[in-house]
Amino acid sequence: MAHLTIGKIIARSALSKYATRLYPFVKRAPYANTRGHIVNDINACIFCSLCQKKCPTGAITVKKPEKIWEIDRMKCIQCGACVDACPKKCLSMDQQYSAPSPAKNIESFRQEAAPEQKQP
Amino acid sequence: MIEPQPITTIDRSELPAKAASLASQGYRLVQICCTTGETALELTYSFDKQYAFSNLRVIVPRNDAVIPSITGSYLAAFTYENELQDLFGITVTDLAINYNGKFYTTAITTPFLQKRAK
Amino acid sequence: MGTRTIIPFGPQHPVLPEPIHLDLVLEDEKVVDALPSIGFIHRGLERLAEVKDYNELVYVAERICGICSFIHGQGYSQGVETLLNVDVPPRAKYLRTIWAELSRIHSHLLWLGLFADSFGFESLFMHCWRVREKIVDIIEETAGGRVIFGSCKVGGVRRDVSNDTLRRIKDELKAIEAQYNELTPTFINDSSVKRRTVGVGMLSKEQAMSLGAVGPTLRGSGVVWDARKIGYAVYNDLQWEPVVEKGGDCYARSTVRVREVTLSFDLVRQAIDKIPDGPVDVKITGNPTGEFFSRLEQPRGEVVYYLKGNGTKNLERFRIRTPTFANIAPLVIMLKGCELPDVPVIVLSIDPCISCTER
Repeated sequence: MAHLTIGKIIARSALSKYATRLYPFVKRAPYANTRGHIVNDINACIFCSLCQKKCPTGAITVKKPEKIWEIDRMKCIQCGACVDACPKKCLSMDQQYSAPSPAKNIESFRQEAAPEQKQP
Repeated sequence: MIEPQPITTIDRSELPAKAASLASQGYRLVQICCTTGETALELTYSFDKQYAFSNLRVIVPRNDAVIPSITGSYLAAFTYENELQDLFGITVTDLAINYNGKFYTTAITTPFLQKRAK
Repeated sequence: MGTRTIIPFGPQHPVLPEPIHLDLVLEDEKVVDALPSIGFIHRGLERLAEVKDYNELVYVAERICGICSFIHGQGYSQGVETLLNVDVPPRAKYLRTIWAELSRIHSHLLWLGLFADSFGFESLFMHCWRVREKIVDIIEETAGGRVIFGSCKVGGVRRDVSNDTLRRIKDELKAIEAQYNELTPTFINDSSVKRRTVGVGMLSKEQAMSLGAVGPTLRGSGVVWDARKIGYAVYNDLQWEPVVEKGGDCYARSTVRVREVTLSFDLVRQAIDKIPDGPVDVKITGNPTGEFFSRLEQPRGEVVYYLKGNGTKNLERFRIRTPTFANIAPLVIMLKGCELPDVPVIVLSIDPCISCTER
């Protein structure tokens, strides 16, 4: 019967530096593939609402007449179905997680009219 | 790669005898499942022996949802049959350990029989 | 005859990862009977099949449980693919196997930590979870999320992993396995661990078979039965044997899981060596019809998916029988005759994942 078999690991972890990060002073860089939150390049969006149809939780609302694209950050499960469905590829997945918040977080983006006139 | 999964439809009165014969052959109980239809409930009992899979099917009308228990041969069935009682409103006779509706604590009784609230 | 008292165990208890309620009938300090009752986390997920179409239901299936998330998604996708009669490309099957085994490693490491915590060995708990962090980082790098993978879909997998990344992961796993091998002697040889687990929660081979036990609970009692031998994904192309122990007590179940982690490391290496090139998904058309039972091996045992399609885009029935549901009956038998301080150790030795049990 062995006694205190974990002794070697404990001695090593007591004498070496932390295995953990000193968060929030040191933050880990996210990986390239991390599913953080959805970003819409609003100027390229055509408001076809395919993303609204494909979203499994109903987090996206598209209002075509007012050119507004809204997302409820708390309902979004970062699955990426909207990114796969977008025909214009203006939706993309960013790596940073949305910040925690005590209230519902609906973010709204409006496409502004293009300022340049067509050249004759 | 996909193994054959035969389903035999039997009458509910034959259920305890069939279960006893499968138990004596060394089959173990895998699961008991219920599908709700318009007028009938379809129960499927699955058994397995060394990766060979076979199923028994019993069809019960919704207004006469009573089946005999198989806990005589498979004591482990008590969890599945109590779940059938609590979620689907089926009455199981001769249940070895009967919770009488208190196994699953839910806010509404027989939730799987209720229509979806729009 | 001593006086009988009834003590409620759960739903809140420091040792339980998820809420389950047991009414323990005690005579002095010995447990005479145990009555389980569940329903604290019942979300009625099976009925979501009525509103979500069969492609979206993968997201629901993955989120039934956090620890066994990937294999739920894989089981659902395999079932619907059989109903639709499509065959996924081999590279997708290999990737699914790699992710499934990584998921098994992280689940067993989580359990090893909780098991050590159940008899008070907190430093071992922290070291197991330190090793688990590295596995979870690999999962995040390849699949995008730490516990919810989001990578299985009907028709294949959603993203590819390059061969260079796979080779680098193989090297990283060597270092992680070396760190893991430093912890295993404590679970297998240490006298304080053995004092709390040997002879506790006995389940004989006949009882395990007749009560319908699955997974390490069944294999810890000497029965050779592993659902991966049915041959889904690529398990028939890899060389491996199920891990079996004969003791029937908590020590045997713990040893089964300790050895299964080593087996999973080996399976991931074999799969990375053999993975072919090619596409990772196929296009899906049509609606599922018919019925099928999809059986897989989760870290906790055999999971059965019963899928029934009727030609519309919503499945008629989506039923999951999770391994912990099947292990509740053996748990009740194991608890009879033990002492009160052994109850947390026995409850944890079946690896209860109650959010799976009560979808």
